[in-house]
Parts: sequence; C-alpha cells; structure tokens
Amino acid sequence: MSFLKVEGLTKRFGGLVAVNGVSFDVNQGEILSVIGPNGAGKSTLFKLIGSFMTPSAGRVLLDGAVISGLSPHKVARTGVVRTFQETTVFKEMTALQNVVVAHQLGHSAGPLGAFFASPAARADDRRSQENAEEILGYLGLGHVRDELARNLPHGYLRTLGIAIAMAASPRILLLDEPFAGMNPEETNRAVDMVEGIRRRGITVLLVEHDMRAVMRISDRIVVISFGSKIAEGTPAEIRDNPTVIEAYLGQDDETIGH
Amino acid sequence: MATSTEAAGMIGATSPGSRRALIAILPLAILLYAVVPFILRGQPYWLNVMTNAAILSFGSLGVWVTFAIGRVNIAQGAFALLGGYTTAILSTVFGLSFWLCLPLSGVVAALVGTLIGWPLLRLRGIYFAMVTLSLTEAMRLLFLNTVTLHDGGGVLNIPRPAGIDTPLDFYLFAATLLLVGYLAVWRLAGSRIGWVFRSMRQNEELAMSIGINVARYRVFAFAFCSAMGGMAGACFASLQQNIYPATYTVTDSINFMLYCFLGGLDFVLGPIVGTFGLIIAFELLRSIQEYQALLYGALMILVMLFLPNGVLSLPSIIRRFWRSGR
Repeated sequence: MSFLKVEGLTKRFGGLVAVNGVSFDVNQGEILSVIGPNGAGKSTLFKLIGSFMTPSAGRVLLDGAVISGLSPHKVARTGVVRTFQETTVFKEMTALQNVVVAHQLGHSAGPLGAFFASPAARADDRRSQENAEEILGYLGLGHVRDELARNLPHGYLRTLGIAIAMAASPRILLLDEPFAGMNPEETNRAVDMVEGIRRRGITVLLVEHDMRAVMRISDRIVVISFGSKIAEGTPAEIRDNPTVIEAYLGQDDETIGH
Repeated sequence: MATSTEAAGMIGATSPGSRRALIAILPLAILLYAVVPFILRGQPYWLNVMTNAAILSFGSLGVWVTFAIGRVNIAQGAFALLGGYTTAILSTVFGLSFWLCLPLSGVVAALVGTLIGWPLLRLRGIYFAMVTLSLTEAMRLLFLNTVTLHDGGGVLNIPRPAGIDTPLDFYLFAATLLLVGYLAVWRLAGSRIGWVFRSMRQNEELAMSIGINVARYRVFAFAFCSAMGGMAGACFASLQQNIYPATYTVTDSINFMLYCFLGGLDFVLGPIVGTFGLIIAFELLRSIQEYQALLYGALMILVMLFLPNGVLSLPSIIRRFWRSGR
C-alpha cells in the first residue's frame, strides 16, 4: 500500500477547474516533486493535500485513512506537515523560540498542567527546548538561534520555515517551492538540506518551478499542466517525455516572445 | 521595541515556578497592600478611586489576553454588564451570597463568550473590532428591554458582599482580586499556552500548520477574557449596589482597550499600569472635565506616536538611548 495517496483530486473555482482529477502515489522515504508551468495548479494542489483547502472532488489518504476534509491542524497531527512559500515564520520571536513553539504535539502535560507548571509540563518544555536546538543545529541555524526572526537575512527564513515544520515531527513533509528565488549556490545548499531531511526517514513531497533542482533531487516527478497530470516518472523519463517538453516549450515560447 | 521582557525569556517554566511567581507579584502586592492604604489612610474617596481602578484593571487584564491572540476586543463592557446583571439578579431575586455570585458571573460570561466567540473569532482586524463594539451596544439594549425589576432596566439595592463593610475592606478585596487575576494571566502568558497565543497573533495559518487547534485556543482566550470582564462587572455592581443598562457603554469598552494600549501590550503589567494611570489622571483632572475627552484623545495620540509599545516600554527605550549615547 502506498504511503500517501492522491485520488482524483479536483478543485473548481466557479467555472474554472484549477486542479482536474489528479491522482498519484507517494512511497515512503522518497522525494517526489510536482512540477508544472506557471498557473498549472501546483499551489492549489499543494493546499488541497495539506487540507488548507477542501477539494471539490477526490480525496487524499495517508496509510489508507482519508485526511482530506480534516481541518489543517488535524492533518498536521497525522504527520502531514507543510511549509509555506516565501518567508512565513513567527517574526517577533527568536529563531529558537520559533522552533520551540512549534513543538505542540506529543506533550504529556495538559493545559492545566502547563498553566500550573507541573513537573510534566516542565519536562515537556525541556524536551522541546533540546529538540529545537538539535533541529536548528542540523539545519545550520545554530549560530542565529537567539536572533529575532524579523532581523534574519532572507535566505535563513526559508530554512527556519522548514525547521518549524520539522518540530511538528512530520512523517511526510510538504515543501512549497523550496528553491524559488534562490541563486545556484543557495539552491545547492537547499538541495543538500532536503536530502538530509530524507535521510532522517522523512518522506518529502515538493512543489517546485525550478526544473534543474528538481531533476537532481527527485526520485520521481509528477508533471501537471492546466490542472491535469500529463506525466509521471523518474527524472530521466520526464526529461525525454515529449508531452512535458511541449508543455514547457509552449510556455517558453510565450515568455520569450517568439 | 526589540525584545520585550516576555519575549526575551525562555519558553515555559524552565526555572522554579514558585520563585519566579513571587518575584513577579511581590512588588505589586507591596504597592497594593501596604503603600496605597498607607498613603490614602483617612481618605475614603481616594480609596474608592483605587478600588475602582483595581476592579477595572482586572477587566483590562482580560482584554489583554485577547490582544495576546491578535484580536482588538471592544466587547469587555458587554461582559462586565452581563456579569453585573448576573450578580444583581442572583443576589436580589434569589438571595444568593455575593461570594457565590462572583464566580457564577464569571462562568456565565465565559459561557456567553464561548457561544458568541466561536463564530465571531473567525473575523480579524477591524472587522472583529467593529463586531465586538456593536456587541456592547447590543448587550445594553438587551438588558434595557428585558429587565423589568425597575424603570429603565436597572436593578437597585444589590447587597454588599458579606463581611465587607468599610471602604478599606472593599479596597483590600479588590486588590486581592487584582493580584489573583494578575498572577493567573502572568502564568498563562509564560506557559506553553501563552506561547501558542503569541504564535497565533503572529501567523494563524502557520500556527495551524504545526498542529495547533487555532479555533479552540481563540475561543479559550476570548472566554477567559469574558470571565474576567464578568467578574469585574459583578464586583462593580456590588460596590455601587446598583446597575443600569448604561453602567457600561461603548465608551467603557473602548476604555478597557485604551488602558491596555497605554500600559503596553507586551507586558502583563501593562493593563494594570494603564488603568491606574488613566483613572488617577481622570480624578486629578476632574476640574477641567469638559476638556477631558480632548485631553484623553491628545494623550492617546501622543502615546501611539512616541510610545507605540506603551508606558512600560520606557525603561528599555531609555536604556537603549543611554547605551547609544556613550
């Protein structure tokens, strides 16, 4: 049985079909990328999988259990954790506080215990603190842990966003355009980081525009265009797929202005 | 603003909780229990002003909790009215003791807060503020049209709390209530729950994405706030021995919010400092009453321009100024 299963996912906005019957499986431990030209419906698909949007039709299953239609925080609790595009972090907290506060799952003390600072709550807090330091460490943010997030350089913020997601103990991490707006050197580092996350046993599903990074990092690629899946396969297969080339070239023709 | 004292601290209760609690509460306790009664001995009028300020501070502390989740709440007058009427009716019609009415007023306000808050808290920013503002007016109209014990919807001859006879008694009771409220909100703000509130204020979607049940925490904060408003209203009704629909109007709701602003939203002590500051200023400036609104307005503009993080941010500003000067 596949780990995460996307089944006939469809989203309509009035007369517009943003995502049209998309199906694919994600296997445990792999890095799967969803790519497509601008406006192909990648972002909508991403929101549907994370349950930040309800599908018009179709469903998403994790380990055979339906997760689409659950509220976002419940989906996060099943282990499907998303990141955000751009620099979505808690800006008025330090890097460390950002990651500590993201440890909201698996506490042994309840709200009352937290209020009265019971021994269990203090143990929870210590564990979150240590865990957060470890996450910042392996993502290379240890040296800025006490810096307020809004003072951090742009490049660090995206990593911090991933650190926040890691604190929620994902089984599958959904990355929303993790390489957008990066120069080649930054992209290299980000690719290494995503591979490092996979080595920790976390499945990665990413939505991305940057073809080169995707070709390097992905085990498998799903291509969507105008809301529908047009191809699925290994990077080598996708590279030689005439339908994909056409979809991307058509796009290029327009943007270049031939 | 940079780091506030709260934000600079560690998350949760990593150091012995009871000692930190003592440090947090001791100066306020000495001020309320020793300094104020000593200075104001033989001045029942001023003691009464302080009693008012302590009760209002308790209500402002509640509003501070809704600020903590990033909502501008202009409904505290409605919940003070609700709590006041709960105590008024329970004590005059059913003969219940004030000491039972007080917690019951908090419970009723929290329940109504939960019911109203659940749908309303989806709104943010100016929309939430506007709806809470109209809630205050709606509550006034509700009591005006449903309570028929006395002309104009009032309830008179509300008994004083048993065992509390002199102005000093009432002051000490109000001071104790305020200390308990302060300790509760201080603990809430420093606990994991307070950090969840902060994360929600900064980005609700991100908070959701890490598994926080944002809707539930929002309602909890609002109900907590409403309970404090209800209890403040209950105390007031008992202190004044009467309540009318116009006892709390939109102006009062706005004032609760202004007290928080003036003191500083980053500090649990903020609403207390803001409330006492404005109430005392109001009393001192009684002689120029017709200019009071003008003065309030000017003061608020000045504070927002030069101290956007409230009076309590002054020390850190001065410290920074001092350091940069050397």
